[in-house]
Amino acid sequence: MNAAGFPLLSLLTFLPLLGAGIIMFVRGEEAVVAANARWTALWTSLITFGLSLILWFQFDKSTADFQFVEQISWMPEFGLGYHMGVDGISVLFVLLSTLLTPICILSSWEAVQSRVREYMISFLVLETMMVGMFASLDVVMFYIFFEGVLIPMFLIIGIWGGTRRVYAAYKLFLYTLLGSLLMLLAMLLLWFEAGTTSVPAILNLQIAPSVQVWLFLAFFASFAVKVPMWPVHTWLPDAHVEAPTAGSVILAGVLLKMGAYGFLRFSIPLLPQATEWFAPLIFALSVIAVVYTSLVALAQEDMKKLIAYSSVAHMGIVTMGIFTLNHQGLSGAIFQMLSHGVVSGALFLCVGVLYDRVHSREIARYGGVAKIMPSYAMVFMLFTMGSVALPGTAGFPGEFLVIVGAWQANPWVAFGGALGMILGAGYMLYLYRRVVFSRISREDLKALLDLSPREYVTFAPLILLTLWMGIYPSSFLSFFEVSVAALVTRHEAAMALPRLAGM
Amino acid sequence: MNWTLILPELVLAMAGLVILAVGVLPKRDTDFATGMAVLGALLLAGVLVVAQPEGEAFLGQYVSNAFTKFMKILVLAGGALGLVLAMDWNRKEGLARFEFAILILFSTVGMMIMVSANDLIALYLGLELLSLSLYVIAAFNRDSARSAEAGLKYFVLGALASGLLLYGSSLVYGFSGSTNFDGIADAIAGSEGAPFGLVIGLVFVLAALAFKISAVPFHMWTPDVYEGAPTPVTAFFATAPKVAAIALLTRVVAGPFAELAVEWQQVLLIASLCSMVLGSLAAIGQRNIKRLMAYSSIGHVGYALIGLAVGSEMGIRGLLLYMAIYLFTNVGAFAVLVAMRRDGRALEGVDDLAGLGRTDPAMALAMTVFMLSMAGIPPLAGFFGKLYVFLAAVQGGYWTLAVVGVLSSAVSAYYYLRVIKVMYFDSGEALDPRPPSLSVVLAGTGLFTVFFFLFPTPFLAAAQAAVAALVG
Repeated sequence: MNAAGFPLLSLLTFLPLLGAGIIMFVRGEEAVVAANARWTALWTSLITFGLSLILWFQFDKSTADFQFVEQISWMPEFGLGYHMGVDGISVLFVLLSTLLTPICILSSWEAVQSRVREYMISFLVLETMMVGMFASLDVVMFYIFFEGVLIPMFLIIGIWGGTRRVYAAYKLFLYTLLGSLLMLLAMLLLWFEAGTTSVPAILNLQIAPSVQVWLFLAFFASFAVKVPMWPVHTWLPDAHVEAPTAGSVILAGVLLKMGAYGFLRFSIPLLPQATEWFAPLIFALSVIAVVYTSLVALAQEDMKKLIAYSSVAHMGIVTMGIFTLNHQGLSGAIFQMLSHGVVSGALFLCVGVLYDRVHSREIARYGGVAKIMPSYAMVFMLFTMGSVALPGTAGFPGEFLVIVGAWQANPWVAFGGALGMILGAGYMLYLYRRVVFSRISREDLKALLDLSPREYVTFAPLILLTLWMGIYPSSFLSFFEVSVAALVTRHEAAMALPRLAGM
Repeated sequence: MNWTLILPELVLAMAGLVILAVGVLPKRDTDFATGMAVLGALLLAGVLVVAQPEGEAFLGQYVSNAFTKFMKILVLAGGALGLVLAMDWNRKEGLARFEFAILILFSTVGMMIMVSANDLIALYLGLELLSLSLYVIAAFNRDSARSAEAGLKYFVLGALASGLLLYGSSLVYGFSGSTNFDGIADAIAGSEGAPFGLVIGLVFVLAALAFKISAVPFHMWTPDVYEGAPTPVTAFFATAPKVAAIALLTRVVAGPFAELAVEWQQVLLIASLCSMVLGSLAAIGQRNIKRLMAYSSIGHVGYALIGLAVGSEMGIRGLLLYMAIYLFTNVGAFAVLVAMRRDGRALEGVDDLAGLGRTDPAMALAMTVFMLSMAGIPPLAGFFGKLYVFLAAVQGGYWTLAVVGVLSSAVSAYYYLRVIKVMYFDSGEALDPRPPSLSVVLAGTGLFTVFFFLFPTPFLAAAQAAVAALVG
């Protein structure tokens, strides 16, 4: 049945839901309920993470096929099935989701004091949706998880967010929903054409180029919003600024990857002609995203907003890499998605550390933090370097590979991407200088405490990963090497077909 | 003459007469006893419907098959749930009169006859039995000007719709020579092209039925009647009669007028498009939650009609599922509305739900589930309803319907989310404790909505059998 010998992916997906169910039935005084909810959530997510490590060790890197496959008939009349499995492209995202959830829960240990039970339930449900989305091999299931993410996220931002939380939550929900519904129509057409909703079967469809264009646009409407690509990125800064710290971490760490993952899973293998046709448009949008949002980031006064814009820029690099459609570009894009998940998640945690102490995200409110919180300054420095893509940190291999891939596709695109990297160094270092260095601007800052043991524990895995991914990227690249090669081969074969047919 | 075929309706009607006779005798309030008796009768009728043989009776005026059974079960469930919602409410409002339950019962008989009617006359009889009962319960709170206005409005416009129906029926009879569905079908099949008068008659019949399901452009009465009628009555209006009228519409267009698909498809297409768009846009500005639900129900009729407008078996199956899911989700949402009461006073504003997430987390969670389900967010039941009708639209190549459908779903998500926002993000005072009957309804419909995706097969199979019987 699969390499683990038991339905591992289903377990990973639904275990958090079980934890949420337990928390739901905790009774007692508010403080007791809160403590129980925290510990239950932490243990559930840790066990899930522990189980997910089986994927890391037992995943067969030498094949591009789906592994750990589970398949059960669900609505046979409609050709709908319950179908799970991971390949090289998705496996690490499952791990990223299971890793970030316990970190988020730990980071909100003290920050969230109201309605702790609901908060923890939301995060566990969110984990179910994220893991389910990356692991599902059925378009309807994919859609269910893809959309289902919105429910907990809407509540997380709306209940535990900042002052303009309602606006931000609405914007996130409606933007994403509108795009996704168009994708649903595309999926329905594929379902109807293939007679089944199984992804591997659908990927074997031969679709006429004229239809491909429409399908591509429908998928694009959903994925571009989720990535987010310029000009539909405007929900992201609002959502990030208003979301509680852990919400931002998950948003930047995993949710933004869902759009890019969608491109990799559906658009490119399924719609080769349309992909080729739209690639210049995507390049243009990506370059605009990289350069424009970097410039916007330079002007920000709010730390979270700055990092949010930097996320848009980094995701621009990802879409650029994906649509180069060559080995380096695609590998770089996937690597960049992973490293961005770790680094930007960590940066939001860094902002959260200061926010928990001072309750302000304004850059001008800080200054000279290095003298008061030296360990914190070190940690923040490392992740800043990761975001800047300094060689030796997680950010570098991905961006470098994308630029190399983009150069082969179009040197001007590579130029745009490189320009973004330079600007990235600009705004991140500028942020770091204003917050951490310079004079101690206010007296009350002197009372700040350095990182607590809990915060060390929160940061430790992210620090480790940032360095590991930068120093020895092969341990990650090797996971998707074969899958990417298969994707490229498949695309080239599909593009060669019409020419062979005498076009 | 096959009396056993009509046994459920007979039992219900007889029970209604007996309860009516018994109800007038004692001096004390008998509303609870009558309510229970009517619930028992509805339950018995449900069992009888399941066991009902299939076939035709009364010279082909009445038909029983898998389709009518499916719809009758829904109608009976809607009637029973509507009554459960009303009983406690009526008592608190001082409206505890035993006639209420009997009116619900008679309207249910009317709906069952509508569903099974195989003749224009039988159809009219069922529809009028339903409508007359509804006129009375809309104005049941007779000391309230708004309730009386709602009843009167519904009566005047409903009478107009009945007039349209009768006029259309007479044209159909005149040009086909029969009032029987099979006879009309034969007449259409036998003639070269449809007689023009028959098409006019069809349009009149469709207009009258569009009135009953409140499809745009015949929806104007809906918000006012929904707002004015007592809340549990609104809940009843929004569920069972709508399901019955949709069933009737389906039988009429897929039965006698199946050959004229090209004609009625255009009408339903326009009605569907307009209902979806209006339902989603007009609800945005509503502050009264009953008006909001009225526009929401107009929108839902639009989505359901996609299935019919597409005119395929797949579409009708989608329609049936949609109505089943709509019924239970709506009953659940209305159970929350019925429970909205503070210091003994019934509340109707969306803002009155403020803070429910804190004061009554269970009910807020249930309402969230219903709202998200109506917005079509997976994995809730409402998503599957939409999925199947959109699938039918895509399959039939009706891209306009599909695209307008998804766009208006996205718009409608806005006002469903507003309810959730008010419950969780705003703060407010606690509502009065809800009666146990409502908790049971909430739990039942909530669990159905959440866990539909785990066991869809029996529903799909039932809907499939129903469609096969209808088209077959």
